[in-house]
Amino acid sequence: MAYFIQLVFAGIAQGCIYALIGLGFSIIFKASEVINFAQGELLLVGAYIVSSGVFEWHLPFLAALLLGLVVTVLIGLLFERFVLRRMIGRPVFSILMITIGLDIILRTIVIIRWGSNPIPAASPFDVTSGINAGGIHFGANDIWTIAITVVICAALFYFFRYTRYGLAMRATALDQEAALAVGINIRTVYALAWGIAAAIATLGGVFLAIDSFAIDPTFGATALLAFPAIILGGIDSVSGAVVGGIIIGVVQVVTAGYESHVASVLGAGIHQITPYLIMILVLLIRPYGLFGTRKVERI
Amino acid sequence: MKATPQKEQTRARPARSRGSISRWLGLGIGLLVIILFFSVASEDWFTIVNYTLIAAIAALGLNVLSGYTGQVSLGISFFMAIGAYTAALLGGPQPTGPLDPQGFALPFFVWLPAAGIVAALVGALVGPTTLRLKGFYLGIVTLALVFIGQYIFMNLRPVTGGPQGRTFPVPAIGAASIDQQNSFFGFALTSGQQYFLLVLLVLVLSSLFVSNVMRSRAGRAFRAVRDHEVGASIMGVNIFRAKMKAFILSSFLAGVSGALFASLIRYVTPNYWDLTLAIQFVAAIIVGGIASVWGSILGAAFVFGLPQVIDYFSLLPSSTNSGGLNSGNLNALIYGALIIVFLLFEPSGVLGLVQRGQRLIHKMRNQQREGGEVAEITDLSDAEAQFHLESAAHAKDENG
Repeated sequence: MAYFIQLVFAGIAQGCIYALIGLGFSIIFKASEVINFAQGELLLVGAYIVSSGVFEWHLPFLAALLLGLVVTVLIGLLFERFVLRRMIGRPVFSILMITIGLDIILRTIVIIRWGSNPIPAASPFDVTSGINAGGIHFGANDIWTIAITVVICAALFYFFRYTRYGLAMRATALDQEAALAVGINIRTVYALAWGIAAAIATLGGVFLAIDSFAIDPTFGATALLAFPAIILGGIDSVSGAVVGGIIIGVVQVVTAGYESHVASVLGAGIHQITPYLIMILVLLIRPYGLFGTRKVERI
Repeated sequence: MKATPQKEQTRARPARSRGSISRWLGLGIGLLVIILFFSVASEDWFTIVNYTLIAAIAALGLNVLSGYTGQVSLGISFFMAIGAYTAALLGGPQPTGPLDPQGFALPFFVWLPAAGIVAALVGALVGPTTLRLKGFYLGIVTLALVFIGQYIFMNLRPVTGGPQGRTFPVPAIGAASIDQQNSFFGFALTSGQQYFLLVLLVLVLSSLFVSNVMRSRAGRAFRAVRDHEVGASIMGVNIFRAKMKAFILSSFLAGVSGALFASLIRYVTPNYWDLTLAIQFVAAIIVGGIASVWGSILGAAFVFGLPQVIDYFSLLPSSTNSGGLNSGNLNALIYGALIIVFLLFEPSGVLGLVQRGQRLIHKMRNQQREGGEVAEITDLSDAEAQFHLESAAHAKDENG
């Protein structure tokens, strides 16, 4: 039982990371109907800069984190300003591919700068730090991941509900032309969405890096697992991204913990595809996700 | 890319006889280039070109689904893998030990078509569930297919050899296996030359098939579904059946291409059929030209051929793990930049550039002959801008 609770706890922490990455996706999608495939590489760049900041330039962890956030937010803003703004009104397929183009370029730059061997991840925590209770180890990094996710969700909730720009973003998501008509500056809204998304994804990336001790250029691929999470929650639902992320994380970690018992039937590596299996199942029953808005087609 | 029909209407066409003469001329020059290449190229060049032509077959398949029918797919590598493993299972050598992967040692003319057919069947099986979804959702589900596929291939040892991979059969004509030098009718052909002939034949056949299908009722239905689903269904197009047909045809071509790929490389692990491969094909049709047979071939040349050429001339040090700019990284940078640049400035790809050049030549020729009267008709920038506005408005309607 302790083992199971341990797994569930680790799963929730893992799920919070997916949720942070997924939040980035769904904020951008909500504002501009763009799926940002480069999210994974944004967090890759962020994690590498934080690690270099700590080990190469000997900055304190928080300063390195701030530097990482600034760089990824800048990349996001520049890409939105100079590339995506020219793509408004083009097919989904093209917009999706152009973010894949950015993804490839960012990953290559990381490989050119840092090489493709793993480098250690910067972490403010000791591996053993945390709380032990009832035979279960609650790691400090996991506790922090969960706490930061809760704080960010609360902040986003407040932002979207009560602030001027949060309302402007929701209005833009609802109807771009009507938002323009009431005087909302859509360019600011897009820039804001990209900035927030890049920052949140970088935070997720840093926690992911702390979790896995080392980072290498394939690390950004983990962001792909945020796709099942946001689809599960409904792609345009911010709270859905969190619930979806946690479900995916818990199921994945629990299957990983128990799959060796059923290896003769299922073989190795089933936990790598459980997120996708859950996603397909949900899509078959509720194609708009658990919390998404049902799309009505009028003819 | 959606604007092509409009462009064609407004473009001043040359007289028909001249058109067909230049077409024959083009075909003649093309044949001449192929014969010249065939007789002088070294074996390395054959490897590069064969690889590119095989990629062109799968790019063509993806173009049927994504370019002509407008269904996003990030899962073409899954169907290529199905084709490759079908080929390996049917054509591979019979196992000699208990750990060897299965094989039935059937002849080449059985396993190559079978690779396409089995991939098409899997497409027909997966299609009804995936094609219910649209746009981005479809993209993610096809992406999931790649990961689920890799899990299955890793664990299906008797067929795939598990993580260690397995060898793939080589096409053989009678007793002559084409990975060796053989002579046919008195001509001695190297392995590369034989592969080239085989792959070129398959590519030409599939290109002719696809371009004919696109001129048929089914092909027009595909494009109608892409341009406006509701409009298509009002016109009496069965949307689901049109999508299924496109999905099956695309899977078939991907399967054939996968079998040829694996047979050219000879030894493949399940990791080979990953998301990167699938994305390369999407990049290929975008860079080459969406919804076009020539576009698929040009795209394969840019995305699959060009990196090999850069590697071949080894302008930069070959790949290491320590970072710095090497040929692999340069290729990746070029490839990423090509995607962004083409999508931004020339959405119809290399083919669009070629057509733009042709229009310019026509325009200049007409100006010389008729004193510039036709010039105003050929200016398309307004029509195109108008079209983008319209399509943006459509997108708005669909979402509202």
